[in-house]
Amino acid sequence: MSTELVTPEQAAHQDQRWRARWWPVVRRFLPVGVLVLLAAVPYTNLRIPVLFDRPLNAPGTLHLIAICLVFGGLALSYDLMFGRTGMLSFGHALYFAAGGYGTAILLAQTTWPLWTVALVAVVGATVLAAVLGSVALRTKGIAFAMVTLAFAQIGAIAASRNPGRLTGGEEGLSLDGRRLPEALVGVVNTVNLYWLALAFVALVAFVVHRIDDAPAGRVLAAVRDDDRRVDVLGLSPYRYRLLAFVIAGALAAIGGVVYVLLIGGANPGLTASDLTLSLLVMVVLGGPGTRWGPLAGGVVFAYLDHRLTAVGTSDVVERLPGVLSGPLSEPLFILGTVFILAVYFFPGGLAGLAQRLRGPGLRGARWLRGRGLRASGRTPS
Amino acid sequence: MSAAPPTSRALLSIVDLRVRIAGSQILQGVSFEAPATGVTVLLGRNGVGKSTTLKAILGLTPAGSQVTGEVLFDGVPLLREPTHQLVRRGLGYVPEDRGIFAGLTVAENLKLAERVPDPDYDTAYGLFPELKQRSRQRAGTLSGGQQQMLAIARVLLNPNRLLLVDEPTKGLAPRLVTEVADVVARVAETVPILLVEQNLGLVRRVGRDAVVLAAGTVAYRGPIGPLLDDEQLTRALLGVGSHSRVREKQPEAAPQAQGMSAAHGAGGTAQS
Amino acid sequence: MSTFILLLLTGLGLAGLYYLVASGLSLVFGLADVLNFAHGLFLSVGAYATWWAATNLPGAGSEGLGFVLAVVFGVVAGAVIASIVELVLIRPLYRRTIAQVLVTVGLSLAGVALLQAIWGADPRPFPRPAWASRVTMIGGAAVPNSSLLLAVSAAMVLAGLLAFLRFTRVGLVIRAGVEDRSMVTALGIDVRKAFTLVFAIGGAAAALAGILAGVQFSVVSPGQGTSLLIFGFIVVVIGGMGSVTGTAWAAAAVGLLQQFVNYYASGLGDICVVALLAVVLLVRPQGLAGVAGGAHA
Repeated sequence: MSTELVTPEQAAHQDQRWRARWWPVVRRFLPVGVLVLLAAVPYTNLRIPVLFDRPLNAPGTLHLIAICLVFGGLALSYDLMFGRTGMLSFGHALYFAAGGYGTAILLAQTTWPLWTVALVAVVGATVLAAVLGSVALRTKGIAFAMVTLAFAQIGAIAASRNPGRLTGGEEGLSLDGRRLPEALVGVVNTVNLYWLALAFVALVAFVVHRIDDAPAGRVLAAVRDDDRRVDVLGLSPYRYRLLAFVIAGALAAIGGVVYVLLIGGANPGLTASDLTLSLLVMVVLGGPGTRWGPLAGGVVFAYLDHRLTAVGTSDVVERLPGVLSGPLSEPLFILGTVFILAVYFFPGGLAGLAQRLRGPGLRGARWLRGRGLRASGRTPS
Repeated sequence: MSAAPPTSRALLSIVDLRVRIAGSQILQGVSFEAPATGVTVLLGRNGVGKSTTLKAILGLTPAGSQVTGEVLFDGVPLLREPTHQLVRRGLGYVPEDRGIFAGLTVAENLKLAERVPDPDYDTAYGLFPELKQRSRQRAGTLSGGQQQMLAIARVLLNPNRLLLVDEPTKGLAPRLVTEVADVVARVAETVPILLVEQNLGLVRRVGRDAVVLAAGTVAYRGPIGPLLDDEQLTRALLGVGSHSRVREKQPEAAPQAQGMSAAHGAGGTAQS
Repeated sequence: MSTFILLLLTGLGLAGLYYLVASGLSLVFGLADVLNFAHGLFLSVGAYATWWAATNLPGAGSEGLGFVLAVVFGVVAGAVIASIVELVLIRPLYRRTIAQVLVTVGLSLAGVALLQAIWGADPRPFPRPAWASRVTMIGGAAVPNSSLLLAVSAAMVLAGLLAFLRFTRVGLVIRAGVEDRSMVTALGIDVRKAFTLVFAIGGAAAALAGILAGVQFSVVSPGQGTSLLIFGFIVVVIGGMGSVTGTAWAAAAVGLLQQFVNYYASGLGDICVVALLAVVLLVRPQGLAGVAGGAHA
């Protein structure tokens, strides 16, 4: 073995070359690696003290992580419209709820097996998205946002008013365990639901990233930035927006199915505008238009929403003076405030922060800064 | 390229102005000066960035656009100042689309523009008596020519140190082009103007110095006469010949605000 | 016939409620391009402020002049909160429309949670004068006084707004700014001051809406603002953003439609309203009074 004397500069240079060579490879396989790791979680009884009360493979923990994953996927589906195509929809919850309620209602009213029910529900929700989207997309910007909100409100009203005794009203509709396949029933099978949620996230990531990388993805970005250019190319911005809208709706519907299986039923909370608003918060906190930002934002938000409720009712907070303990016991207060602060100080969200740590070029932040909503195609001033 | 006559001090100085809008670099380093008297004409082909230059000076570029460089108005840097403030330094703006408020009446449009306790309605109504007659009419129902007059009258209410005028004859019938030309010439006697215009007849009549934009920068800077006299140069920079059917009827005629003579006057606007 | 009169007047009452909610939204959006999601918060703030004042403010109560005092308190609270929101949260994000929308979203989530934390999520009984629970006989129909109160209040606010816009300088600036904001700045006018005023007006109108909704439904709850807000949005889109009269017509259409349809087929009224929205959008995307392809569609 020969000993080489290497100068610091040479060492740094070698280091750089190694990184330049291996980093792209690592980057490509990192998501798959993470997926494998996540899939393996149920096999470990690792404890993560502050984050989770129980070991990772406990049903309670798996359930929580699964919910976070569902919201991660849902947030990414929302970002297909918001971050990637520049559409501000306030009614995304409708398709999530359509998938969930569709499943619950069909299970209760028919004798079809779960997979048929799920398929019908998702297809139905997709058709709904196509119909409503084609009307809503006649407008842009703020008007579009309000229209989607109005449509979603109908869903909310339908869910809580319980027409024809279908939706179960305020209390929602629970799933009858006997109608579900054995593998998905019971606490002991939480792990299967967990993998289902993981599969959902993988699906959404796959679909959205494929679109990102395809020519269609570039058209969507062009539509987002300035749809006159798209017009000039002979492409129809309307069609591409509708495409994004429908795909996002379909993905949300699948998420709805998984979610309803996870929590054992559907309830009007699925249709609430608060849910869509939360999606918006998730996406912005994560970093709109970025590859993994929205997913991370969804996971973190769902986790905080759950944990903060626990923290809020914990002894630590109870002992604080009333003025503080009251608001702090409401997770949405904390999240809403954090969100406002984030808009000011971290417009690129988590992804922007990560980029900032790595170097210049804030894609998420630039996206938000100075971006005006065009109500009629004319830039505001 | 000959410089402006040394006796005219530069009122407006543009130094290396760069404007980026929605991802495309419109202006890539524009530098020129406008003196404190006379009409400086900003010329160039369609879409080269003439209007953008005016907007950049005033801070009216779309949200999200990036403007760098320096704009000095009588030594005061303008770029960081909010529009409403820098306008109050004595800048009057007549935009390309006239920018009048369709839902307001003519009188209200004028009233809105008042900046001083004693606005000069005499000059405004003197040049455009028709506006006084149509005081209570909704500005949206005015004809194109009348709207243009309103847009010009509006800036004349206040004391201005520099006027930025963007294509005042665009889309107007020949007879109106003459009227507007008369007004511009008259106004230019007392206030310097930075004028964007495609109608070379008008340009030749009122313009003193020319700044020609091409490919995002200044391609020519100098007196109007030599530029327009050089047919080849004009065609190369502006895409049209300088003598294409543009004629005035009486160059030095006293401006008749109601000059309605049907005589064949200045030709149509030179559209490239 | 008496049913018709009843439906007509209660429908107008509902229209009045929607108008109060929508007028502020419409102006704020028309002038400042801000989709104010926190508008629902102003509704709740007004309602809770009045509720609190009726029991805690000396001289205020749930009857007569005391009630008026409580209402005034609530309206002022709404205006003040709205002004603060504009100055502190919205103005620093001038021209960054999406960021402004996001901030109002965050504010609505946090604000409602805050109200919930302070006063609980359950509905509380709302103070109201005795006459508000009574009915007046008009043409054989027993019309609730609360509906009449709503309709009359909204009409007065509408008249007041129109007069303000028409006869004051600020009103002139607002009307022009709704059409073309940048041109107003090019005339040397600082539009941002008008923003705060418009926000304050919107906040006051919303507060009044929240208060009168409390009177009508006799309860107040933190989430009340959100459901009314959605109808406010619908009315604004149908009427055309930035148009005071367009909003009024749209509110009338929506309120009457909802009331009449709900009487004959309960629950269908809301769906009809959304269908109306869809139809208007298909036929005239800029709303009834909006300008085609104009500054704000």
